[in-house]
Parts: sequence; structure tokens; C-alpha cells
Amino acid sequence: MLEVSNLACSRGDHRLFSGLSFTLRPGQIMQVQGANGSGKTSLLRTLCGFMAQDEGTIAWCGEKICDLDEDYYAEMLYLGHLNAIKDELNALENLRISAGFSGAKLDEKEALSALRRMGLRGRERLPTKALSQGQRRRVALARLLVSEAKLWILDEPLTALDVGAVALIQELLGEHLARQGMVIFTTHQPLQVAGIEMHSLSLP
Amino acid sequence: MNGVKEFSLLDLLALVIRRDLVLAMRRRADVLTTLIFFVMIVSLFPLGVGPEMNMLRKMAPGVLWVAALLSSMLSLGRLFSADYLDGTLEQMMLAPQSLSVLVLGKMAAHWMVSGLPLVLMAPVLGLQFDMSMQALGVLIAGLLLGTPILSMVGAIGAALTLGLRGGGVLLSLLVLPLCIPVLIFGAGAVEAVSGGLSAASHLSLLGALFVLALVFTPWVTAQALRISME
Repeated sequence: MLEVSNLACSRGDHRLFSGLSFTLRPGQIMQVQGANGSGKTSLLRTLCGFMAQDEGTIAWCGEKICDLDEDYYAEMLYLGHLNAIKDELNALENLRISAGFSGAKLDEKEALSALRRMGLRGRERLPTKALSQGQRRRVALARLLVSEAKLWILDEPLTALDVGAVALIQELLGEHLARQGMVIFTTHQPLQVAGIEMHSLSLP
Repeated sequence: MNGVKEFSLLDLLALVIRRDLVLAMRRRADVLTTLIFFVMIVSLFPLGVGPEMNMLRKMAPGVLWVAALLSSMLSLGRLFSADYLDGTLEQMMLAPQSLSVLVLGKMAAHWMVSGLPLVLMAPVLGLQFDMSMQALGVLIAGLLLGTPILSMVGAIGAALTLGLRGGGVLLSLLVLPLCIPVLIFGAGAVEAVSGGLSAASHLSLLGALFVLALVFTPWVTAQALRISME
């Protein structure tokens, strides 16, 4: 369970938001809404611990994330604007390495089946520089399939994706929530997960 | 999801080293520039100073060490910047294992790619300066201990200057003064042997610096990376 209370963040001298409180329980999904520059990405990066908040606390299962540190990182997965994939490596290598960073050993078969489900059949061993933007995003999103993290923090996951991939992401979110996972994300595209109530958080 | 196995710290270390070596092999130009720069600088000295054997022999250790220092600066800028730009560094910081171990892996890979070639090339270049076999041996031993220190101390600078404009120059200004002890003891060891003394004291001090760097620099670099990510 992720509890945020009275959170305030600023970028430079500019206060982005303050007094922000919300709770995300197992099986819940929350969309962060707001105009460009309202601090959606900053909020998500603060939840990851990349940025320090000005005020307030972020607690994971009752303990502050700054105290939990690596125990918290073991239970969360972050997907940012940047895909975190290497042009020189192929999709398979990229996926296995990023799974390694998140602490999971992935054998080739599991990695291949995840990439195939992401619609990358036949492109698993191409250097990712030969892939299109949407396909690179799919390689990055394949991490969702092989992750055991409870909390997914997704920043604009739908960028550059086609209709089919968006449907697939909706399906993945549904499966994750059914496993009592939690999702907090931002998007400017409509995203519905069948049969699940979408909580929303509006930044001023 | 399906039978995920836990990753030990050693696995993580091996993963990072292997990954960085594969990346270096696929971007060979970067590796070669460091080595060619080293060879160039060292070879310029006999041409500039003239072929007087005694003088060349005397300045050889200093020249080789300064050249090694400068060429290791060349590749430091790239240590974290590529990972920073494509977002991999974010993922590394979210690794549930220790970030310090990840950083240590990157340092080790950096040394294998940019330090080890210098060590292997140094004896060949030493011959240009008419160094004795014994002096060459001590030079190699010194470089073997010293170049990893350059990678490790340099990593702190690389982490601190991450994402800055003109970071390369700033990096050299930060790191070069910190590397002076390595230069003194490394070049001193060769001079001691050439002068008929034992190099043991210089080499032990280099060894001590190496151990000190091994213990502290990964942690300091990890903290510096966290500061740079904000």
C-alpha cells in the first residue's frame, strides 16, 4: 500500500504542488492528471526517490520509502519517458539486462516469450537501433511482463504505441491489478481497464 | 512471474561488467581512441626532446605515467553519460541490490576497456625510451595497481559532472589533482629501480591507495550519482 501525505514538490524556485495526499491500495489504479508542467513527472520521480520532496511523507506499507530504500525498490517498477534500452544491444539482451538490474534472472525462453507477446516476433535479435520508436517502447514495456513488482509507476506508457499495443497494455494492467498489484501512471491518451474503477488525481 | 530466480551481488557485478564489455566491443572506436592517444603522446616525446639516450631513459617513467593519466581522462566522460542519456542509469538506481556494486562493476569494465590496454602497451612504448627490463617490470606492476585507481577516482568525478555542459574539462580539473599521489608513487617506483633501490615501498603505497579506493570510491560515486539525478 502506498500512502502519500501532505506532499509538496518544487522544481528550482517554482512550487509545483503542495498538500498532496492520497492512498493507493492493492488492486487499485490511479491516473495522475494535469496540464503540461503541472508536475506529473516530478510526482512520479519523487515516488521513485529520484527527487527529494520539500515536505510530506511517502510511505510504502507503513514505512517511509527513504528508510526502506532497497526493500522498496524490490517491490516497484518504474518506466519513465526514457526507454532505458541500448541501441547497440538487441531486444533480447536489453530485456534480460534490465530484468537483471531489477534483481531477476531471466532465461532466454522467458525473455523470448515476453517479447513475442509484446508483438516483437522476428525482431528479438535485431539491434534496437534498427527498430522504430513504437517497437523500442514495446521492448521497454516488455519489462512489465517479466516483473514481479507490486507497484508499477508508469510515466506516459502509451507514447508512440499503436492501437494494438495500447489494447495489450490495458490487458496487462488488468492482469496486474487482478494479482492485487498497484499502478500509478500518467497519460494524455484515454486508457480504460475493463471492469476496474480508475482513480484519478488532479494536479493543479 | 514464472520462476524468477534471485540475483546475488556477484551475479549483478558479472552482469554489469559483461554488459559494458559487450557495449565497448560494439563501439570499438571509443576504446581505440584512448589507446591511440596514449601511444601518440608517449611517442611525441622522443621526437620533441631529441634522441639522447640518457635523458630519455630518465624521463621515461614520468612521461608514460602522465600519458596514462591523460588518456584515462579521455574516456571517463563516457563512463556514465550514455546510461544517463538513455535512462538506463535511472533503472540502475532502482536496482534492489546495492548501487555501489553496480558502480563497482562499471568501474571494473571501464578499467578493462581503457586501463588494461594501456598497461599492455606500456612495455612496448618503454622500449622507445630504452628502459631496462627490470624498470619495465616495475612500470607494469605500477600501472597494474595504478590505472584501476584512476578509473575508480575518475568515476567520482564523472558522476559529479554528469549532465553538465562542458563537463569534460571540469572533470579533468576535479580528478587530475586527486591522481597526483598515484603519479608520484607510480613514476617513483620506476625511478627507484633505475637508481638501484627497491621499488617495494612505492608499490606498497600504491597498493594501499588501491585498497583504499576499492573500499570507498564505489560508495562515494553512488552518492554522487544520486545527487546528479535530482
